[in-house]
Amino acid sequence: MSNVYRVALAGNPNTGKSTLFNALTGLKQHTGNWAGKTVDMAEGTMQHKGETYKLIDLPGTYSLFSNSKDEEVARNYIVFEKPDITLVVLDATSLERNMNLALQVLEMTTNVIVCVNLIDEAAKRGISINEQQLTRRLGVPVVKISARNKTGFPLLFDTMDRLVKGIIQCQPALISYHTVIEEKISKIEPLVRPLIDDDLSARWVALRLLDGDESLLDEIKGRMAQKEEQTRGLKYPV
Amino acid sequence: MTNTKTVCLYQANNGDTLKITSLSFEGVMRRRLLDLGFVPGAVVKVIRRSPLGDPIAFRVSQTTIALRKEESMRIEGELITHE
Repeated sequence: MSNVYRVALAGNPNTGKSTLFNALTGLKQHTGNWAGKTVDMAEGTMQHKGETYKLIDLPGTYSLFSNSKDEEVARNYIVFEKPDITLVVLDATSLERNMNLALQVLEMTTNVIVCVNLIDEAAKRGISINEQQLTRRLGVPVVKISARNKTGFPLLFDTMDRLVKGIIQCQPALISYHTVIEEKISKIEPLVRPLIDDDLSARWVALRLLDGDESLLDEIKGRMAQKEEQTRGLKYPV
Repeated sequence: MTNTKTVCLYQANNGDTLKITSLSFEGVMRRRLLDLGFVPGAVVKVIRRSPLGDPIAFRVSQTTIALRKEESMRIEGELITHE
């Protein structure tokens, strides 16, 4: 009766993302803060309440647009591989900087848990974080943790459990743009919707089209061609 | 009320603090700099220069980021403090 749920970890560099990954999976993936250190996505598993979670440590990035290979790898995983949960790891001592990535993830996918990490470090600096307020504003569960000291883990596990079982549902707060942009989105979105997979956010794709993001278009084309190939293979078995 | 002086980040001296007013970039590079925290309104501190004066390290929302002359020339800000 056990399922395997895929959980992707996303976050800025140096937010303790890999520390969390290691603490959850018991692995000792080597981490350091140089660019490209976590380019290969590390994978590990953990168990909770009889369920198996496969964790995927995405490269640490400040953004999820096609500025670098790292960002593309992380973005493609969240958008196309569709993990059951995307855990966004934020640095409690620098929430403003980290929120950029969190909001981008909320635009791309719905099943998100925001992990405010380094909460012990923040307390030392006199920073207190109101996670309930954040939960309300973001529309997704926000959990405070310290990956280093393993504090806040029971609540995190519980939240993961309830999310995959559909007990809680995420309604990510979306950024509303300038009216000019919103008008364009509302024109493009209905045209985009029938062309893409249902589980790809039409609003997000519309935004990327407005952005002129060609690498995303190529990625979508490639994946569609692959899919077509597969279905053709099924129809006419050799 | 002191009159504020607008300079590009490249012209600022070590130790200066500036509030970003504009970025003259388009497309991917603009997006990249915004993602790194160089947004209008953000307060940036000039940390230090490399021996040849380029690149320059800036402190922006608690992270140190070095920019090349080509980039720092095109970001403008109001001088807040002088050291």
